[in-house]
Amino acid sequence: MDIHEYQAKELLAGFGVAIPRGGVAYSPEQAVYRASEIGGARWAVKAQIHSGARGKAGGIKLCSNEDEVRQAAKSLLGRRLVTHQTGAEGRTVHRLYIEAAVPIEREIYLGFVLDRKTERVMIVASAQGGMEIEEISEKSPEAIIRSTVEPAVGLTSFQAREIAFALALDSAQVTRAVTVLLGCYRAFRDLDATMVEINPLVATTDGQLLALDCKMTFDDNALFRRPNVSELRDYAEEDPRESQAAEYGINYVALDGEIGCIVNGAGLAMGTMDLIKHAGSSPANFLDVGGGASPEKVCNAFRLVLADPKVKAILVNIFAGINRCDWVAQGVVNAVQELKPTVPLVVRLAGTNVEEGRRILRESGLDLVTADTLTEAAEKVVAALKTAGTPAGKGTP
Amino acid sequence: MSILIDERTRVIIQGFTGDKGTFHGKEMVAYGTNIVGGVTPGKGGKRHLDLPVFNTVKEAVKQAGAEATIIFVPAAFCADSIMEAADAGIRLICAITDGIPAQDMMMVKRYLWRYPKEKRSTVIGPNCAGIISAGKAMLGIMPGHIYQRGVVGLVTRSGTLGYEAASQMKALGIGITTSVGIGGDPINGSSFVDVLQRFEEDPETEAVMMIGEIGGPQEAEAAMFAKQNMKKPVIGYVAGLTAPKGRRMGHAGAIIRAFGESAAEKVEIMKEAGLTVVPSPADMGSTAATVLGGLSKRVAVGA
Repeated sequence: MDIHEYQAKELLAGFGVAIPRGGVAYSPEQAVYRASEIGGARWAVKAQIHSGARGKAGGIKLCSNEDEVRQAAKSLLGRRLVTHQTGAEGRTVHRLYIEAAVPIEREIYLGFVLDRKTERVMIVASAQGGMEIEEISEKSPEAIIRSTVEPAVGLTSFQAREIAFALALDSAQVTRAVTVLLGCYRAFRDLDATMVEINPLVATTDGQLLALDCKMTFDDNALFRRPNVSELRDYAEEDPRESQAAEYGINYVALDGEIGCIVNGAGLAMGTMDLIKHAGSSPANFLDVGGGASPEKVCNAFRLVLADPKVKAILVNIFAGINRCDWVAQGVVNAVQELKPTVPLVVRLAGTNVEEGRRILRESGLDLVTADTLTEAAEKVVAALKTAGTPAGKGTP
Repeated sequence: MSILIDERTRVIIQGFTGDKGTFHGKEMVAYGTNIVGGVTPGKGGKRHLDLPVFNTVKEAVKQAGAEATIIFVPAAFCADSIMEAADAGIRLICAITDGIPAQDMMMVKRYLWRYPKEKRSTVIGPNCAGIISAGKAMLGIMPGHIYQRGVVGLVTRSGTLGYEAASQMKALGIGITTSVGIGGDPINGSSFVDVLQRFEEDPETEAVMMIGEIGGPQEAEAAMFAKQNMKKPVIGYVAGLTAPKGRRMGHAGAIIRAFGESAAEKVEIMKEAGLTVVPSPADMGSTAATVLGGLSKRVAVGA
């Protein structure tokens, strides 16, 4: 799960990381009020969306008076920001963060990630902050400092000092940097993060060390024990179908293609997408109904897939282990009777209770195509798409 | 031969009396697995599925001679159960549970280092379908009948793609020695390399099929391991060629974050390392047949 910049800052401030003064605003009036509350003579008005590179996309505006703050807020709120992380559709700005502008002397990159190779928390730092880590590692890989944390001990002060000195900070700044490093690590551990990034961490001309932009990502598997984190979820940042899927207990990711997929198991769901591509079409979604799929869950999966207007055919691919083919088949029958899809449907069942499942489909008398193997399923669904998809494709009702 | 388990392995079930432990316990017994009891704290002394229930894993080891365990304990408590088994001296720990926090697994991995290598447990999973040595024993949740006894070692991240591979092979008369699910989490007990090494040492296994997916460095590491340390042919498949970058595909670990983590890049690394790559998930069986045909014997053992 991702959170907004201002939320990450609030969390990190709780662990001793210094941040500039700032406040959230949902309207131009509120933005002006925040600016006056913060004081000073210059403010940054920052669009809050779950993406980096907001500055380049025009999502951060520097202002020197109330009127500029109001104008900046007006132009940003409700606007769609497109960055390389949001995709072409972009994200709509619903909230702003108004922050005191600070006099920057230098910018540092600081990141904490769960490294899968060492299976430990890895700290990545660079004296050249402000750009993305991918860019830093491309332009000057030798400038990147890496340090892994021994999980049984946690981040030690000496390790934090080593990193701070490697960043060529002066001795007063080293002490502050150690506080930042230790604070970020504790936040990472205590909140079950998978990524904490401060970019840039800025040294100001008046001797402060401030987190100017922060990003945090959390382990979805650990949200159950982090209510203070899970309440920060912003549903406006998610594809509505994906939020709906999460409510159904289904894993769903929207894609660009035309064949809707309903599959059990994440691996087989990815494999099915690849199969469709291999057969000359493209998948409209990733969908894993999970283990123990009841007829109702299968029916909900159909609801999700049919809600996508791009879908021109549906492939159901179930290899039942924990699941039961007869339950899935009943779900398919219920879904077709209730939702009356107008696109062709191919169903491939295998595994536990497969004979019973096939019998249910056969005896339902419904207009659907069945397949026994993966190859057959792929061929049939692409063929169905070709016959049904002419001329401009029949959409769903 | 087979790896990790056979019909003699003395197995217990942690989370024995719950729904999943009960359902799959019956299935495993029916398959011929030597289940000697189970653990549910607070229910020790009772009997379940006509087998003894213990309060602790140590009791199960002492009284029933348990050597291996399969864990169905809910995610919030699963890391604790794995460590309990490791501390009791269980040789093989297979965790089926999905949804364990990554930092819990980090702790588990660190905890295992307490023990000298010869006493350290092997952990398989979590978030996996388990282990099956065809015709001998099943320590998992797979449909046992789709696995035919044979000469291919199978190691997969995904449960269902493993089923798909086993059944495609069976349809062509190809069987497996053991199938191991290493699970879809970012931090898992055993890696592809750990399992490949065991297959290389197993005299009965003649070829290995490795089914990976997007995310993480393990497939690439395994490809390099196979190139440098294995004489047996390795067949590779990587799911997720059509998966977009930065989006999590169901499994906690299935997300492309860095260079080398996409399916296309992993396939390229596998090819460079000399592995036979399966082009589409529909071709897993036929690719195995071709590779075994190249070994010029035993393509169709027993049926």
